[in-house]
Amino acid sequence: MNFGINKLSRYRRHRFATPALMLVALIAVGSTFSVASALTANKETTQSAMSTQVAEGKSIFERGCSSCHGLNAEGSKIAPSLIGVGAASVDFQVGTGRMPMADMSQQAMRKTPKYNAEETAALAAYVASLAPGPDSVNEAAISWERDGNTAQGGELFRTNCAMCHNFAGQGGALTQGKYAPTLMGVDAKYIYEAMITGPQSMPIFNDKTITPAEKLSIIKWLKAAQSEPNLGGASLGRTGPVTEGLLAWVMGLGILIGIAVWLASKAR
Amino acid sequence: MKKSEKIAGNVANYVDERTGAAKWLKKNLTKVFPDHWSFMLGEVALYSFIILLFSGTFLTFWFDPSQRDVVYNGSYTPLADVKMSAAYASALHISFDVRGGLLMRQIHHWAALLFMAAMIAHLMRIFFTGAFRKPREANWLIGVGLVTLGIVEGFLGYSLPDDLLSGTGIRIAEAILQAIPVVGSYLAFFAFGGAFPGHVFIPRIYTVHVLLLPGIFLALITVHLMLVWYQKHTQYPGPGRTEKNVVGYPLMPVYMAKAGGFFFIVFGVTALLGAVASINPIWLYGPYTPGQISAGSQPDFYMGWLDGLVRMSPPLETHAFGHTISWNILIPGLIVPGILFTGMALYPFIESWMTGDKREHHLLDRPRNNPNRTALGAMSLAFMLVILINGGNDLIATHFHLTINQIMWFTRIAVFVVPPIVFVITKRLCLSLQRADREIVLHGRETGRLVMMPNGEFVEVHEELSAEKKFTLTQHEQPQALEVPTTDRSGVRNPQGIKGKLRARMSQAHVEQVPAPSQEEAKALEGGHH
Repeated sequence: MNFGINKLSRYRRHRFATPALMLVALIAVGSTFSVASALTANKETTQSAMSTQVAEGKSIFERGCSSCHGLNAEGSKIAPSLIGVGAASVDFQVGTGRMPMADMSQQAMRKTPKYNAEETAALAAYVASLAPGPDSVNEAAISWERDGNTAQGGELFRTNCAMCHNFAGQGGALTQGKYAPTLMGVDAKYIYEAMITGPQSMPIFNDKTITPAEKLSIIKWLKAAQSEPNLGGASLGRTGPVTEGLLAWVMGLGILIGIAVWLASKAR
Repeated sequence: MKKSEKIAGNVANYVDERTGAAKWLKKNLTKVFPDHWSFMLGEVALYSFIILLFSGTFLTFWFDPSQRDVVYNGSYTPLADVKMSAAYASALHISFDVRGGLLMRQIHHWAALLFMAAMIAHLMRIFFTGAFRKPREANWLIGVGLVTLGIVEGFLGYSLPDDLLSGTGIRIAEAILQAIPVVGSYLAFFAFGGAFPGHVFIPRIYTVHVLLLPGIFLALITVHLMLVWYQKHTQYPGPGRTEKNVVGYPLMPVYMAKAGGFFFIVFGVTALLGAVASINPIWLYGPYTPGQISAGSQPDFYMGWLDGLVRMSPPLETHAFGHTISWNILIPGLIVPGILFTGMALYPFIESWMTGDKREHHLLDRPRNNPNRTALGAMSLAFMLVILINGGNDLIATHFHLTINQIMWFTRIAVFVVPPIVFVITKRLCLSLQRADREIVLHGRETGRLVMMPNGEFVEVHEELSAEKKFTLTQHEQPQALEVPTTDRSGVRNPQGIKGKLRARMSQAHVEQVPAPSQEEAKALEGGHH
């Protein structure tokens, strides 16, 4: 490894060294600029139509979000940069009430949203205007009921999601107080957006890992699990044997000991 | 004589003339058993075992213990066309397509949990009252064997449906098997017939679960009960109860009726649980494939402590001579449980050695009157509880908004700190209770009735206890500590060495008692003041 650097540094006083370096620097600056300007130029055409929405989003952002995420959404020590996270991320985080955070705890919790749909859309438009990112999902546009396959969704869910969200989507613990939340009662579009943006500790499941059709199947399975009646009686939280053991001791042996005390006292 | 009575008489006579049953029945049907609610814990275990036999037999009619691949086409649509093992498919078939199948499956599983819980409660009763002492050491050993086999049998049953949860359990069992130094991987290959999961494990454990272990259970339970019969049941101390008699009610008709009725109550409670509370909803878990796992995967509670131990163990591994020793699995998975169960099995012998007590005991101890043993038991329970908590650390973390790391560190420290504290507190509590007994015997019960004496003095009237109650509170022995023999006959100093010293020290700890009030003390108090 050292050898290569040594070999390279041997030429540092070569008479062509300065022009070569200059050339590299010029190409880098030029190509970066051209790519960046192409992106902004691209955006300007779409932006013009919704510039009022972006402006509105920017003003909401400055009032509600900039104290942590920075005036230009560049991020800070306590909050990540939002440049390039896309509208989907904003729609998910703000739409489910996770942002703005109530406190700086382990992770943002789902709660009643602070902004209404219009304000959320404006925020999303503003953040999307900063740099391209995944677009937000329209609830009506994802036709999981028509295109999903429940059984396939179950298989995909158990393979990709159950290790954190539990076999029935009830949620589970992660390290250091972080957790995978329950997926019961979550709107389909938020499930979809979570998969494409990877909020909190969640990985991103892009369209190559899980195709859009498969994502719809997962949503369909989750909805089926949610609406499935508790076939065996009280569900005990669908969390497995811990609650079952508790019930066996309290309601099983507990009741029987009570009856045994009664039987033994009757004899006298 | 009515005609029916005459026929019954003739039949009885026919049988008796050929078997001599009358004499045997006459003797045994009038056998007396003492009465106490805590003596019925073992009964709960026995009855749930019977329920397990019957409900399990029902399940075998449809269960297909095979790992061959099938495509599910039963009535549970969320799994339609999913590839799974025949075992899992048949368990789904029992749940959804066999009439009463789901109820039976749930009754079977609830009865299994109840079986284990009742055995553990029964074991605690035996321990805390000293019922394991001579001559019942052998029965204690059988009991320890039954609990151990119960854990294994329960785990195998949990593994059979081949759902995602049971597969995860088998995977951990395989890891524990592999952790045995040197031979571990060979043993795992042997058990699974090749690499995990293979195609033979479910059929193999099915044979063990439905044939071998139930057979051993039946044999051990029979011997267990025969020994109770032969050695007679222990009884709590009280007036008229001695080491040489049994005070209670005859088997026929009192206990026949009570035990018969109690069986139906146990069956009723199990059926109620099976009918109203879901247990092991395998259709939600999905079929097992080694690539999948669910958050919050847990074993049943009787294995939860073991899981908790494994979860708290630090990542220790050594590599030597081409072998890897995974201490992180070996210690919590095999060594600690081995020490725990060996210690439990040997406890009657250890206590007898410590106290030098080789006599027969048929009267039970009140737990407070043997503070050291009670404290030891409480200490062991505290240990089990701490590691059981860590077994459910992920669920505790999510439901109480804690971090899983903190719970793990708490239990890692608590597992060493809490049991000794519990020992000390329990021992002090026992001694305090003894002191309270002594107080109430000598001074009577405080009635709360204040009386003004002629001289203006107010006194509270203390009501003297009944003679029976006084006897019960004062009958226990006042054991003496063993002395260390300083020299033997030839004048050699300290003949038993460290062993003797240790024994004397332990015996001293064991006999720590508040002296029960003597006759003289009681007499002295009768002279007027309380």
